[in-house]
Amino acid sequence: MHKGGKVFNIINITLMTLILFITLYPFWYVFAVSFNEGKDAARGGIYFWPRMFTLENYEAVFRNKDLTTAFTISILRTIAGTVVNVLFTGMVAYAMSKTHLIGRRIYMLLGTITLFFGGGLIPYFLLIRDLGLKNNFLVYILPAMFNFYNMIIMMTFFKELPGELCESAELDGAGDLRIFLSIILPLSKPILATMALFAGVYHWNDFFMAVLFIDRRELLPIQTVLFKIVAEGEAQRMLSRLPSAVAIRRTLTSEAIKLATMVVTTVPVICVYPFLQKYFVKGMLIGSVKG
Amino acid sequence: MDHLTVTVGLKSRRRFFLKLRRQTVIQIMALSGLAWMIIFNYIPMAGIYVAFSDYNVAKPMFSAPWAGFKYFEQFLNDAKIYEALTNTLGISILNIVIGFPIPIIFAILLNELNSVRYKRIVQTVSYLPHFVSWVILGGFMINWTSETGLITDLIKKVGLVPPRLGLLGDPDYFWGLAVGSVIWKEMGWNAIIYIAAIAGINPELFEVATIDGANRWQRILHITLPSIKGTIAILFTLTVARLLDSNFEQIFVLYNTLNASRSTVVDIYVYHVGMRLGRFSYATAVGLSRSIVALILLIISNRVSDKLTGVSFI
Repeated sequence: MHKGGKVFNIINITLMTLILFITLYPFWYVFAVSFNEGKDAARGGIYFWPRMFTLENYEAVFRNKDLTTAFTISILRTIAGTVVNVLFTGMVAYAMSKTHLIGRRIYMLLGTITLFFGGGLIPYFLLIRDLGLKNNFLVYILPAMFNFYNMIIMMTFFKELPGELCESAELDGAGDLRIFLSIILPLSKPILATMALFAGVYHWNDFFMAVLFIDRRELLPIQTVLFKIVAEGEAQRMLSRLPSAVAIRRTLTSEAIKLATMVVTTVPVICVYPFLQKYFVKGMLIGSVKG
Repeated sequence: MDHLTVTVGLKSRRRFFLKLRRQTVIQIMALSGLAWMIIFNYIPMAGIYVAFSDYNVAKPMFSAPWAGFKYFEQFLNDAKIYEALTNTLGISILNIVIGFPIPIIFAILLNELNSVRYKRIVQTVSYLPHFVSWVILGGFMINWTSETGLITDLIKKVGLVPPRLGLLGDPDYFWGLAVGSVIWKEMGWNAIIYIAAIAGINPELFEVATIDGANRWQRILHITLPSIKGTIAILFTLTVARLLDSNFEQIFVLYNTLNASRSTVVDIYVYHVGMRLGRFSYATAVGLSRSIVALILLIISNRVSDKLTGVSFI
């Protein structure tokens, strides 16, 4: 390698390291501050390590009824919503992967139109309201049950599976539902993992459905509660609702509780995605080629 | 003769029904998907009727009396619309000019790293912000731009004076913050397709070029870039086609009354007019006009892409 190459390498490695730092540091900063006493952190100047280490912010998060309820709702909707979405979208994709399906071209056309045109926010809001889904847990599940774009990705994957497996199962007298459940699904783990990741991340991160359709506090997911804290300054109210034994410590601040809640909310996602990386990269590519 | 066609017709019809009966199960599967789309996509599409009627909040969607183009006329005389349009286009154009090339540059530079392990680490980390919600990132940003926040500190250390009400409280900084945070969040994710396209280039091309004495810049310029030209063209036209779309969740979180003059994009305006002020018909009319222009943009860019690269995405 000649000299120009060496200089390039050094600059490139430095640049990539800078990108690593810029990406990771914000998370580390919030992490560090969330483990610091709130009153002390408000003075600023904490950059890498907590100055006065404490777990009381996290204690406050897990003792707060509003927050633990919200976490429960988020977990429930993520699990239920992901399972329902992947199974339902997969089922439709299985049917659509059969080229002899009567009406297949019409179904595809009707689906493709939905990718490019929609009624917009207000008609959607009125529909959900008229369906009686306001203040109903199902508002998280039903409208997110199907996704045409993901259907195309799964359909493409199913089409590439060896057809002989289905044929021999058919000869053994297995129906389509059984073939789908006991042959296709077990063979499709990579695509199922990708779709489950996409659906799971959507459900865990979505806050807007609840902004639109949920007024009952006990049905709000954590992201919506966080949104209210962040945008509407609701943390102060949370602080006042803490059990008195915790609240009596004057070192707690609403800002510190907010940051601790953010850390708790972000950690599950950060822990899961690296393990699914090779799957979602593939899923993205199928989507970009055929979409 | 007539008799014959009738039997043939009957026969083919019988064959059709026989075929249909054999695929009852997959028909039910496909039709349940169709039913979902009719409810959640097509009924709202028909719901654009609201824009042409005097809608009353308490009544069902399709019950209001016809009002013609009244709300579209109001819309043309609404000065706020032009502000919203300016904000939408301003942020989108900045997102294209600055945000579009960055993932490409990142993918190319990443590919030039010699250490495979370091490459994978950078790549994995670069996806991370994509998986974090805008509520959390918005919370980070509000924290950093607060009085004692990280960015405020940084501005002071450099010797500048931060805006009195924080960066997010000053409309002049909003576009920059919106575009910068999208780049930070999505650079790695948007690079996935380019990284894969680069990985698909025949390595012999690079070897031959090296033997011929090409240096790194020449290889990037004459092999890497031309090889991913098609991918770039498709993604560029798709991005241009989405000119009128905004990152709704992002702007919804970063919006506040202080920066409203620069943060009210069309989608946010529709939300405020409809959901906060209850002017449902008017908000629907605004939303519908936006969708129609967006659709036209998409069709045009698809044509252009088809002409230039032979790839059409519709």
